[in-house]
Amino acid sequence: MPGLRTIAAVAAGKAARVVTKARGGGSAFPGLVAERVDPRVLAHALERVHDGIVVVSGTNGKTTTTKMLVAILRGHGRTVFTNPTGSNFTRGVISALLGEVGPSGRLADDLAVLELDEAHALHFAAAVAPTHALLLNVARDQLDRFAEIDHTAKLLASLAESVTTGLVLNRDDAFVARIGGDAKSTVRVRYFGVDQVIAHRLPELQEQDVRFGEDVVVPPAGDGDALLRPLDEHRFEVLLGPEGSAGVVGPLELKQRGLAAMINATAATEMARMLLGSAFDPAAAVRALAEVTAPFGRGEVIDVGGSTLELVLVKNPAGFTVALSTYGSTPVATMIAINDNYADGRDVSWLYDVSFASLRERGVALTSGVRAYDMALRLQYDDVAVEAVEPDLDLALDRFLSANRGEPARIFCTYTAMMALRRTLAARFDLPAFGEEAS
Amino acid sequence: MSAGADVSDGAEMNAAASKGEVHVVHLYPREMSIYGDLGNTRTMVSRLRRHGYTPVLHDHHPGAEFPEHTHLVLGGGGQDSGQARVEEDLAVIGPRLTALAAAGTPMLMICGMYQLFGNAFVTVEGARLPGLGILDVTTQGNAKRMIGPVVMSTDFGDVVGYENHSGSTRLGAGQAAFGAVRAGFGNNGDDGTEGARTGNVFGTYLHGPILPSNPAFADALLSYAVPLATGDAFQPEALDDTFADEARTRQVRRLVAAGR
Ligand SMILES: [Zn+2]
Repeated sequence: MPGLRTIAAVAAGKAARVVTKARGGGSAFPGLVAERVDPRVLAHALERVHDGIVVVSGTNGKTTTTKMLVAILRGHGRTVFTNPTGSNFTRGVISALLGEVGPSGRLADDLAVLELDEAHALHFAAAVAPTHALLLNVARDQLDRFAEIDHTAKLLASLAESVTTGLVLNRDDAFVARIGGDAKSTVRVRYFGVDQVIAHRLPELQEQDVRFGEDVVVPPAGDGDALLRPLDEHRFEVLLGPEGSAGVVGPLELKQRGLAAMINATAATEMARMLLGSAFDPAAAVRALAEVTAPFGRGEVIDVGGSTLELVLVKNPAGFTVALSTYGSTPVATMIAINDNYADGRDVSWLYDVSFASLRERGVALTSGVRAYDMALRLQYDDVAVEAVEPDLDLALDRFLSANRGEPARIFCTYTAMMALRRTLAARFDLPAFGEEAS
Repeated sequence: MSAGADVSDGAEMNAAASKGEVHVVHLYPREMSIYGDLGNTRTMVSRLRRHGYTPVLHDHHPGAEFPEHTHLVLGGGGQDSGQARVEEDLAVIGPRLTALAAAGTPMLMICGMYQLFGNAFVTVEGARLPGLGILDVTTQGNAKRMIGPVVMSTDFGDVVGYENHSGSTRLGAGQAAFGAVRAGFGNNGDDGTEGARTGNVFGTYLHGPILPSNPAFADALLSYAVPLATGDAFQPEALDDTFADEARTRQVRRLVAAGR
C-alpha cells in the first residue's frame, strides 16, 4: 500500500511536471518537488521492478552506454525504465519516473537502467540499493567541482559496495578494476575490456592511477568476461570468454564512430549478458546495437546546405583525446570552440593534457568561444597552425561555414559553446528541437 | 596521461646553430602534474628551442638519481596520493635542491610542490608535516577550497592563471610574495599576497598553466637559467606572443573589471 505521503508526493511531482513542461523548464524541478514531499518515493516506485535495478556510472560514456544497454534489453523483449534525457541526477530520475508511474507510484517495467554520475549514484544508492552496477572509467572531469580523481574513484567503490547482485567492471581502467577485489563474495563480478591486439591504444584513453606502487593485476579474461576486438576502423566483435570461447557478438558496425563507442558497446553487452543469463542472444544484441544513434553532441552530423558538419562535444582530457583519435585519421576543416562557464569547467588547464599533434597536417581553421585565444595558444605549442581566432561563436560559425562550403567540416566544442552553436544551426538550417544530455 | 608526454624534442636541433644546451628538470611528472602543469614544461622546452637553445629535458621520478646537469627545475600540483608518493624521494634530493636554489638555479613550483618547498604543511588535525624550507612559508590545511581564475601584479607584469587549493599559505616575516592579487584568493584569501619568491625560486598556486599565457615570466626564468648553462647572458629571439598576450589581457579585463 502506498502511504498517503507517497501518493501526495507523486501527485505534487506530477503537478510540478505539468507546470514545468508548460513553461519549457528543466527536467530536475518536478523531481525536486517529489523528493521534498517523500524521500522514499524512489524506493517505492522501483519496488516491483524485479529483473534488475542497474546503475551505469563513470566519467565518460555513460549516456552512450546506457542507451546501448537499454536497446539490447528491449531487443530481448524486456520492458525497461531509463532516464533518457541524460538528466543524470537522482531528482532527474524521479522526474522521469513521474512520467511513467500510475497514481500508485509504482513502475511496471521489468528493469530499470539509470545513468548517474558518481556523486548522484551514491545518493541514489542511499535511497534504493541497486542490484547491478556497470562502472566504466575514472577520468578528470571538471576538477573544479570534484577536485580529485581519487575522490571520484572512492565514490565508485562505495557505489559498488551498495550493489546486491552483480558488478560489471572495466578491466583496463586501474581505478575501476581495483574495485573487483573488494567486492562481497555474494556479488558476482564480471569484466569487460579490450583484446590484446589493441591494448597499446589504451594509455591515451586513461588516467594514471598513482595511489599504489604496483600496477593492478587483473586476472586473465574468464568465460564470464567480454573483450573488444576491432576488425577495422568501423567494424568489431565482442568476444565472450577467452578468444570467444563462450560466443561472439558481431561482426558489428555502430552508427557512432570511434574506439570509445566500441568499448561502450562491449560494456553494455557484458552487462546485458549478466542480466539476461541464458536468455542472452548475440544476434539480438547485434541488431539492437546497430540501431543505436549517437547521443546528441557525440559525433552528431548536421546537413549544412549540402555538406556535413560534425559537432563533437569535448569536456575533459580523456574525452578530447578520444575524440581526436577517432576523427583525426581523416583530416577535415576543423574549428575548436572553448567556453569556460560553469557547465564547461571554468579551468581550461586541461587543454594542456591533450595532444593536438593529429591536427598538425591540416591545421585548425578557427578557434572560438570565450577562451578562443587560449585555445590558439595551446595549438601554437603543439605546432598546429591556426588560421584565425574569432571569440564570437556566431561570427566564427558563419566564417567557418562559408570558407569551407561544400566540404565536410568538424567543430570540437565545450558544452555551452555547443549549445549556442546548435541553437544557431537549428535556426539557420531548420533542424529539429533537441534535448540536453549531460554525459 | 601519456598523451602529452612527448615534449623532449630538442634532440633534432642542429647542434652547430645552437646557442647551447639548457637542462630542464621536471620533478615527478607522473605524480605531480595535474591541471595541465605539464604545459609549463612544454612551454620551457619550446621557448628554449625558439630562442635558439637546445633544451634537454629530464623527467625525475621517485627513487631515480637526480640529473647531474640542472639549470631549471619545474614542479606541479598533485593529488594527496601523488604527494604521499614523492615525499620520501623529496627528502633524499632535498639537499641538492637547496644547494641549487642557493646557487641561483631558477625553479617554479606550483600548488602541491609549492607547499612542499615551504617550511611545513599543518593538517586539519594539527599534524605538522615538514617541507624543504626553501621558501619561508607555512601552509595550514583547511576544509574550504579556494578555486577560480586569478589575476595578479608581479615584477613581470600582470600574470593570469587558475587556482585550486585547500591549503592556506602564510608568508614568513621576511618572505617576499610572488604577486599581489587583483582577482582571486591567492595564498590565503585575505592578505592579498600570492605565491612566494626567494632569489630565483618561485612558488605559486597558479595553474592555467601559468607559463604559456605569461611569456614575460617564462622568459625571465630562462634568463636566469641560460647563464648557468652557457656562461653567457640570455640572448632571446623576438618571438610572436600575440595569442598569449591576447589571452592574458582578455582575462585581466574580464576578471579585474567584473571582480568575482
Ligand atoms: Zn592546485
